Amino acid sequence: MSERERDEHSGIETTGHEWDGIKELDNPLPRWWLWVFYGSVAWAIVYWVLMPAWPGLTGYTKGLRGHSDRAGVAQELTKLDAVRGAQGARLKSVSLQQIEQDPELQAFALQVGQSVFGDNCATCHGAGGAGAKGYPNLRDDVWLYGGTLDDIHRTIQVGIRSGHPQARGETVMPAFGRDRMLDQAQVQDLTEYVVALSGRKADTAAVGRATQTFADQCASCHGAGGQGDLTKGAPSLTDAEWLYGSDRDSIREQIWNGRNGVMPTWEARFSPETIKALSVYIHANAGGGEEEVAAIGGATAR
Amino acid sequence: MTIVIDRVSRPEPTPKAPVSAAERVRKKDRGGGLYKPRTPIYPKLVHGPWRTLKWALLIVMLTIYYVTPWIRWERPGALPDQAVLVDFEGARFYFFDIQLWPQEVHFITGLLVISALGLFLATALFGRLWCGYACPQTVWTDLFIYVERAFEGDRNARMRLDAAPLSFNKVWRKTGKHLTWLAIGFATGGAWIFYFHDAPTLIQQYWVGQAPATAYIFSLLLTATTYVFAGHMREQVCIYMCPWPRIQGAMLDHHSLQVTYRYDRGEPRGAHKKGQSWEGRGDCLDCNACVVACPMGIDIRNGPQLECINCGLCIDACDEIMLRVGRPTGLIAYDTDSAVAERQRGNTPRYKLARPRTVYYAVALAVVSTLMIWGLANRSPLDMHALRDRNPTFVRLHDGAIRNGYTLKIANRSFEPMPVEIRFSGVAGARVRSPGKPAADALHVVLEPNEVTAVRVFVTAEPEALNASSLPAAFEVRGEGRTFRAKTTFLSGAANTL
Repeated sequence: MSERERDEHSGIETTGHEWDGIKELDNPLPRWWLWVFYGSVAWAIVYWVLMPAWPGLTGYTKGLRGHSDRAGVAQELTKLDAVRGAQGARLKSVSLQQIEQDPELQAFALQVGQSVFGDNCATCHGAGGAGAKGYPNLRDDVWLYGGTLDDIHRTIQVGIRSGHPQARGETVMPAFGRDRMLDQAQVQDLTEYVVALSGRKADTAAVGRATQTFADQCASCHGAGGQGDLTKGAPSLTDAEWLYGSDRDSIREQIWNGRNGVMPTWEARFSPETIKALSVYIHANAGGGEEEVAAIGGATAR
Repeated sequence: MTIVIDRVSRPEPTPKAPVSAAERVRKKDRGGGLYKPRTPIYPKLVHGPWRTLKWALLIVMLTIYYVTPWIRWERPGALPDQAVLVDFEGARFYFFDIQLWPQEVHFITGLLVISALGLFLATALFGRLWCGYACPQTVWTDLFIYVERAFEGDRNARMRLDAAPLSFNKVWRKTGKHLTWLAIGFATGGAWIFYFHDAPTLIQQYWVGQAPATAYIFSLLLTATTYVFAGHMREQVCIYMCPWPRIQGAMLDHHSLQVTYRYDRGEPRGAHKKGQSWEGRGDCLDCNACVVACPMGIDIRNGPQLECINCGLCIDACDEIMLRVGRPTGLIAYDTDSAVAERQRGNTPRYKLARPRTVYYAVALAVVSTLMIWGLANRSPLDMHALRDRNPTFVRLHDGAIRNGYTLKIANRSFEPMPVEIRFSGVAGARVRSPGKPAADALHVVLEPNEVTAVRVFVTAEPEALNASSLPAAFEVRGEGRTFRAKTTFLSGAANTL
């Protein structure tokens, strides 16, 4: 081995590496540094023995301490259940209105409600509860079956056309066209009539022709003025909210085919306190207030 | 090729004997080649102004460190009565009359920036003052050497003791030293935890085993680091572990004061007998007093070095000798490279304090400090964020009006409940209301003291007022004569078409 280059100032060998004319001296490392290295090696071995470490073909080395993150999560969940148990008991014993008036309990109910809503209701009503075509928006002030706390609670419990003996929506919207109760021209005229009801411009001749048809076929549920009926789940035709769309095609299609929404009953699936929490959550998101309640059903168009 | 860092001419250092390849191999065989065992350093006690200053600073700084957590400071209600407290549980930082929230961590950042700039300025002007006098590593090492000296005597006695065979004398001195070190280490770690919890409560909990685990962990961790760093590692922390000796090279220039061997006066060095003439020779007696006094184990006569912490102990050591031989003191002194070079050329040295770098640092320091003080003086007791509902972004009501939901997070940093008025601006005719309350032009809320209150607000606007799908808007909170605005938007999508 040839003699390596030596730094003339210090007399120490260089490593031979050079950056912009600066050379690295091959100084020895401190001895304690070496011991730190050995210490780390020893620690690694201890760790391998105690903790899960090495992957194998069919599993991994479990380690003597039996540590498992998965078991840790399960334990945390049990603890969470215990915590919820105490709060849940409070939910069970007080009324819906009392929950809403107790900020602490309301906050708890909102948390529970939010997670339950996300897991179960969001599929149809959307993650934020804004609904979709055919699935009611739960954030606004229009409620087919009532928007008070008790109404919401009842709807979740028994569902709509769900097969539950007390299910809501005992009436249905007939398929006037498909079942040949009305002919195409009549349905067309009715469409114009409904458009006019919500305060928009419509063909006055068609509206005139449909007046009698509306009174005969529709008014029994939707009311003479088209203001709807909460007890039957008949929507107001005078407002800005349209479950199946507001344009003429959508309205015509609904008169022709008469779609009827279904919502399952949740009584068997959720505990009573969960349904309470969910009701409080939905009520709060919708505005949770008197303004909405006053506006439900029958409110006139602006 | 070597890079010459100092541009002034220096005496040639004694060339080290070149090590042959064969010798290297032999050294490796002995286990001394690749790794370097620590050469123990036995600093000798010196007397002089710098040593006295170091003792004084040591006492002042350690007193501040140990006493601060015990200072009481009356605060209203259930708030902690500790003057300086980092309260993780309550998420607050208390410093006498100042109480900072986590959102105001920029004040801590500002303090760190001020400290850094102050350090840069001090270094550019006076060299490594921090390393020599204020760094905890230096202060605790100094204290530990003091203890060592108390048990084992000064340099020569310590060297003799280490070389001596095991005896009762050696064992009790060593044991006493290490136990005292551990006790100081424990006091250090113990004091640390009091900055994070009410000190009188914690000390009681600590001794009966009721304190939180973190208190035990950190007190023992700092006991260990103090014992190891100040007792065993000492100068190795500065040389191998600390980045500052490397960084300081960028702060220093030829006009920075640093501990300097005035080789213009000292060379050529050599032994001097009483009565001999001083003509034709330098003042340095080559007596090694500066070397044995150095806690870093270097020879200052080799010029400025990475290891030198600028503590000035070699100055005191040399001055003692100079006085004894009747020569003027200051052969080693706080001086600048440029002054030495000037004297060598026969000029009177000039000391320049105002140099571009010191001016930059001073200006930056002044700007940041002013900003910090201004910020602290104008600190608002109110802070607000408006979070708009994202799903759904807006809701159309039965009458066609558009509603947006917001959650306002309003912090009341005062210690009193604060009644405030909340208004919404940016959309003509918009009405605000809390859940379950009638709509109004403004909401009235009482904010809880020293807390963040979440206020749910619904804003409703008529479609006629919405000429764009997204309108810039803002919430205004008025309380205690102050107004706080939080910008947001009001969304309506294509909602104004039925």
